[in-house]
Amino acid sequence: MALSHKVTDSDVWAALAEIPDPEIPVISLVDLGVIKDVAVDDGLVRIDFTPTFMGCPALEPMQRAMEAKIAELGATPAINVRLDDSWSTDDITPEGREKLRAAGFAPPAPRPAGKLDLVQLQRGFRCPYCGSTSTKLENLFGPTPCRSIRYCEDCRQPFEQFKTI
Amino acid sequence: MSKRTDLLLSIADDELILGWRNSEWTGIAPFLEEDVAFSSIAQNEIGHARALYELAAAELGTTADELAFDRKPEEYRCAPLVELRRLEWARTIARHWLYETADEIRLATLKASDDSEIAGVAAKMDREEAYHRMHAEMWIDRLLSSDDGRERLDEAIDELWPYALGVLDDELRPELRARVEARLGRELPEVEPVPRGVHEAELAELWGEMTLVRRSAPAGAQW
Repeated sequence: MALSHKVTDSDVWAALAEIPDPEIPVISLVDLGVIKDVAVDDGLVRIDFTPTFMGCPALEPMQRAMEAKIAELGATPAINVRLDDSWSTDDITPEGREKLRAAGFAPPAPRPAGKLDLVQLQRGFRCPYCGSTSTKLENLFGPTPCRSIRYCEDCRQPFEQFKTI
Repeated sequence: MSKRTDLLLSIADDELILGWRNSEWTGIAPFLEEDVAFSSIAQNEIGHARALYELAAAELGTTADELAFDRKPEEYRCAPLVELRRLEWARTIARHWLYETADEIRLATLKASDDSEIAGVAAKMDREEAYHRMHAEMWIDRLLSSDDGRERLDEAIDELWPYALGVLDDELRPELRARVEARLGRELPEVEPVPRGVHEAELAELWGEMTLVRRSAPAGAQW
């Protein structure tokens, strides 16, 4: 990189868009919606980042990956982890949702206006493999905190769905 | 110690110790779905504990790990309900449901707090806890659907009821009673709650196991 080039906000966003989620690598941190703010102040890049699920073991790897990317841009990273309620699965971008579907994960349903309940989750969500809606909820919980397990009665394929939170 | 820190540690300790107890089902739950469910719930609870410890640590000038692992068993502020080692299914479900019901009542008050840090963490936790509640309620439906299940659940609830009351402060207990009685369709006895700060012998045993690695590498284990 030319020394004269000053790092801009869009350089930072573009760099962060290259960081895959450590557990679902088809989707980037930007797609996931966990980057809440970027502020460039000369050579210092401040990033506000919020966890998806609070017990997610990918949090530290995500922070390290962001630090490495910013260092590659020739700037100094400062990551601020926000523990507030600033993320829901509604923050996953439309592109991110398509990438999830293409990789065999049903994207999360939009958050309902009221309380999330089991009846809504037992609805026939679309199977990411065959498109059928004859699917059922097998387990609210899955191999990672962000996933539920569903089963498609048409193509007989179990699949994972990103939980709505 | 401020009232705020005391509150943060009480809830963090509840979540850490219950997370640990839930994780005891990993690999040995009655069937695979429950193995996955209890392991995942454990992971969430420990994640909540970490966030709460971090808020407390900022105030106390320490770290989340030090709060989680370097205190003596008698310094923990958890409710005795979460300390009990209950490797029996009906009691596990009863404890799970009683705790999640009490926790929902507590979280509702914290979400409405004027303290924006506490309100924010509580709201974030609640998004995940909604899944724990759905899971617990599904099991209550299942147990209530047969005479045998109902009998086992009733017995477990009667045993754990004084402990469940002890999770909440005085003013929130009537709401817990109302919810539990409405769901089970029966009255529960007037009993003395088992308060926070009194510990079951089982806590020391759990603590010994939980802090073993930390104590064996005081300079810090490197992975």
